[in-house]
Amino acid sequence: MKKITNFKRVYVWELPVRIFHWLNVLALFVLVVTGFIIANPPAILSSAEATNLHTFGFVRFLHFTAAYIFLFVLILRVYWSFMGNRFASWRAFWPFTKKNWNNFWHVMKIDIMLMNEKEEDVSKISIGHNSVATLSYLVMFVLALVQIATGFALYGDMASWWLPKMFVWVIPLFGGDFIVRSIHHTAMWFFIFFAMVHVYLVFYHDWLEGRGEVSSIFGGYKFVSDERLKHAHNEDEVEIKDEKGIVATK
Amino acid sequence: MAKNNELRETYYESIIKQGYSRRDFMKFATYIAAYMGLENSMVGQVAKSLETTHRVPVIWEHFQECTCCSESFIRSDHPIVADIILDKISLDYTLTLMAASGHQAEAAKQATMEKYKGEYILCVEGSVPMGDDGNYCCIGGRSAKDLLIESAAGAKAIIAWGSCASNGCVQAAKPNPTNATPIHKIIKNKPIIRVPGCPPIGEVMAGVIVHLVTFGRLPELDRLGRPKAFYAKRVHDSCYRRPYYDAGLFAQTFDDKNAKDGYCLYKLGCKGPMTYNSCGTIKWNNGVSYPIQSGHGCIGCSEENFWDNGPFYERLTKVPGLHEEGLADDIGKVGAGILAGGLAVHAIAANISKRKELTSRINRGISNEKNIDS
Repeated sequence: MKKITNFKRVYVWELPVRIFHWLNVLALFVLVVTGFIIANPPAILSSAEATNLHTFGFVRFLHFTAAYIFLFVLILRVYWSFMGNRFASWRAFWPFTKKNWNNFWHVMKIDIMLMNEKEEDVSKISIGHNSVATLSYLVMFVLALVQIATGFALYGDMASWWLPKMFVWVIPLFGGDFIVRSIHHTAMWFFIFFAMVHVYLVFYHDWLEGRGEVSSIFGGYKFVSDERLKHAHNEDEVEIKDEKGIVATK
Repeated sequence: MAKNNELRETYYESIIKQGYSRRDFMKFATYIAAYMGLENSMVGQVAKSLETTHRVPVIWEHFQECTCCSESFIRSDHPIVADIILDKISLDYTLTLMAASGHQAEAAKQATMEKYKGEYILCVEGSVPMGDDGNYCCIGGRSAKDLLIESAAGAKAIIAWGSCASNGCVQAAKPNPTNATPIHKIIKNKPIIRVPGCPPIGEVMAGVIVHLVTFGRLPELDRLGRPKAFYAKRVHDSCYRRPYYDAGLFAQTFDDKNAKDGYCLYKLGCKGPMTYNSCGTIKWNNGVSYPIQSGHGCIGCSEENFWDNGPFYERLTKVPGLHEEGLADDIGKVGAGILAGGLAVHAIAANISKRKELTSRINRGISNEKNIDS
């Protein structure tokens, strides 16, 4: 194989996307850890009077604070899907296009079922999210809404602010706190499963494709082959700006 | 209501007739106003209403139930509740307490239903079995379903006493062999007040009745049809042990020192954090105590499906929709383990399947490294 591939640096994940990603990671981590503690707290051994301790109250405070962060960065991300670049746009997540489904089956074959192509088809390499990823993010978005609705509904009865109060209708909808709490707790597990698969697949792509998948969420850049960019240019997907792009070789 | 007024005395008249003084009556009005969550200035209005309102006819139906609601009601703190509100109010029909029995009793009910059509209040204690065409519960040869539909037709309002009538309670627990059904799922065209609890607190029951008769309309209800005055707060949020919860001080077993010291019973499965009721404020048996104060966690008796929401003495989360003992954390841990194993297998398979691509990339990288000008 004497084919030389030139890679170009492409700014894929803009700053708001990266801020969303990392604040979301932080919030989810805190939510899951404090959530487990709230569900089954350790009994601390202390001879102090209850008046002088606020341990569990603090754990709950962290959970509620993280919940607000989780909600607000989600709002930021939704806003950015209308303002951001093509990779952040809601259009990238819209599942009902032929192109999307072609890419979906391609990723299922090559990356999930680990089949090999005889000849690499550059048109099928995704620059931003691939279609399996976007679909999983859509599912997680719905689950995030479920968590926000059930969580703030459980919180709403103690709150005096209108924002959590907005969700109090959820409890009578399901019939009571019992079921709402069960939904909240069960749905949490899907975030753990998602995080496992997500992190694994990021490493998988980085290792097998060498296009900077892992570092892209820090700096925002991915490396895309010239061929792919030319194809994108012909397809009117991406403008190539040579003067700005930094060429990397392999 | 006007046409039948001459036949009935007012509440005040019957209270005085029973031998209570005006002073006792005023005490009662103050007491019940406080329980109803009314402010001080409303006491006069309650007293005036009881003086001028003619007794509202009440039919009290008993279906699939244990009569603990009636028991709770007659043990209500103030004697006037039992003497007047129950005796006088339930005069028309209540199987367990009325003097008449058999055909006589049924005839009395028929007479009330005809005479006070659209005026009487229907109190229902117990759920209605809808399975086998209602044959699981029959009174006087007629099914509960039949009787309910008949007596509900002319009712002004319906009070669903207790968890049976409000939520189905133990009869409706899985697998619910008789298809026990709460009242609001059968009667759709009448205002229904749900007063859940197994049983509801006597003062709560008295408060609901007095509200209905003094103001002539339903008390303010929440989205589940429960009176807001009594069901707006969780037991947890009004619990005197709440400071221990916030401090993280929990009893681990019922016989440890923490339990003795009165620490929070959260880890022992207390359902207070999910249960809406007034136990923490009104309490039971003339305000003496309530379950948590007596050292036992709340079992959530006023919540829907409380029999099917996991064990009473453990804090577990069941997966909604799974009928068996499917615990979210057990399933989650197994799921995460299987997933981790699957990902490891996928990682190995990926390296084998894509080895050509991978080696060529690694080789190119190595040769690039060697070609660096030095």
